[in-house]
Amino acid sequence: MLREWLASDAAGEAVEILRTQFPLALWETVYVTLLATVFAAAIGLPLGVLLVTGEKNGVLPLPSWLMKMINTLINLLRSVPFLILMILVFPLTRLIVGTVVGTTASVVPLVIAAFPFVARLAEGSLREVDPNVIEMAQSMGASPFAIITRVMIPESVPSLISNFTIAVTTVLGYSAMSGIIGGGGLGKIAINYGYYRYKYLVMFFAVLLLILLVQLFQTVGTRLAARADKRLKHQKE
Amino acid sequence: MIELKNLSKTFRVNGGTIEALRAVNLTIPDGDIFGIIGMSGAGKSTLVRCINLLERPTSGSVTLDGVALEMLSDKELRAVRRKMTMIFQGFHLLMQRTCLKNVCLPLRLAGVKKTVAEKRGLEFLELVGLRDKANAYPAQLSGGQRQRVAIARALATEPKVLLCDEATSALDPTTTASILELIRDVNRRLGITVVMITHQMSVVESVCRHVAILDQGRVAEQGEVGEVFSRPRSEAARRLVFPEGSADAPVAAREGERFIRVVFNGARATGTPLIARMAVREGIEANIAYASTRSIGERMFGAMLLGIEGGQPVVDRAIAFLTQMPDVLAQEVNVHAS
Ligand SMILES: Nc1ncnc2c1ncn2[C@@H]1O[C@H](COP(=O)(O)OP(=O)(O)OP(=O)(O)O)[C@@H](O)[C@H]1O
Ligand SMILES: [Mg+2]
Repeated sequence: MLREWLASDAAGEAVEILRTQFPLALWETVYVTLLATVFAAAIGLPLGVLLVTGEKNGVLPLPSWLMKMINTLINLLRSVPFLILMILVFPLTRLIVGTVVGTTASVVPLVIAAFPFVARLAEGSLREVDPNVIEMAQSMGASPFAIITRVMIPESVPSLISNFTIAVTTVLGYSAMSGIIGGGGLGKIAINYGYYRYKYLVMFFAVLLLILLVQLFQTVGTRLAARADKRLKHQKE
Repeated sequence: MIELKNLSKTFRVNGGTIEALRAVNLTIPDGDIFGIIGMSGAGKSTLVRCINLLERPTSGSVTLDGVALEMLSDKELRAVRRKMTMIFQGFHLLMQRTCLKNVCLPLRLAGVKKTVAEKRGLEFLELVGLRDKANAYPAQLSGGQRQRVAIARALATEPKVLLCDEATSALDPTTTASILELIRDVNRRLGITVVMITHQMSVVESVCRHVAILDQGRVAEQGEVGEVFSRPRSEAARRLVFPEGSADAPVAAREGERFIRVVFNGARATGTPLIARMAVREGIEANIAYASTRSIGERMFGAMLLGIEGGQPVVDRAIAFLTQMPDVLAQEVNVHAS
């Protein structure tokens, strides 16, 4: 039966598409996801640090209007649905990349959507740091900057890795959506063939690959986080 | 020398205020081991946190060698804090860093190069007897070992003052004794002034030279340990020396047993001969439920809890016998068997 099915037109075509288009699409998805996450982390991590340290009782208190502004901006960006956000940032995308279609162009809305998310995740990680340890650092004459770089961030590394993994898998999901407005990758294949041309088999393979990618990122992330955590009594070397 | 002048601290908590410290005046001489003792909530932690300005006093002044700390800029204060380090009840080590990295932290903060810092760090781990744990993580150490690492870390910048907030309260008696021995050793060998916050009489008795008794934010009494503990003048001091209850005496009282707390101060009044003499001369046999004695300079100082069987006349005779000795204080206490 399988052989019969494989010999059918639908299957033959699907396999052909799989062979010719999937390698590039897979690469585009991974590349866009990682690039967007790196940029989002570059903006989101410092922002997350400010959210924690800038509080009234934080190590580097900031004016409350500034804190309110940062918080509002983050909440605002997080509440816009990604599909709409993509369209909203067209002008910015054009300014930075020169065009609004294509794989590279889709990185811009992804970063805009992901950095507020990363900021909140980083905030959560940094809040887990024992306030007593921060006070200890203050008692030995650490500057606010030193407390951030030598105490808060190093102490929250395992948690940051876990949260970073969540960010990667979320961005992966978003990147698939960007296929709708001309972004490349597995999302584009799934939509083009599955939605516009009713080739469900191709869509199915694209989704399967996305699932496998999420599994892969999550497994690697979980392992790395566990290995980085030194709070367990019996360390595995 | 640390001087606290008219130090007050008021906390504002939802509407009300808490006066944690009220016009505290203290002078802590160089090279001393200075105990600050008081009941829970007396303001001990607040006081020690005011000394290095982790907590800003509401009013009053903290001076270190004549420099008023509250007048310093943030940067100058950070420099002072490197010379006035602190250890805590909860150790507060970086859990994601090895012991050596923990000890190196204050050095790195002070701008010492990594290789130099690691060499110094190892020396201080050696000092606290944990050189072999340099590459272990704090999670792999016992409480006593963690406190040793914290002490090594506090000493790494070669401070003039070591502030200890309940440094031994989370440890068992044997470990406490070894940590106290280490602190005394550090005080002797490195000449570091130690400020010791505690709620345990035994800690003050075994290491401190001077003591201040803190009661509801006020200094009730201060002076030489032997002096204060053998002739407590204030109500707060008396309550500490003759506690109601069994706070520092884990005894199982037998049926009809009564307890007398004896505090003595002077070479002639050392433990056993006194008890032996009481047995011979008065025919009263005492059971030592708790004892802690040591010498402060030339004089012996100690406190003990005696269990005596018999009625009121026996107890009265024992107290009369004990108090007639020079430099001895005795009083019946209610010890509730735990
Ligand atoms: N940050 C704070 N905000 C409000 N009140 C505080 C604060 N810190 C301390 N207090 C109050 O000040 C008083 C003294 O507290 P402190 O911690 O100094 O006591 P302590 O003598 O160290 O007690 P313990 O032996 O239990 O540690 C308490 O009534 C406490 O509730
Ligand atoms: Mg306290």
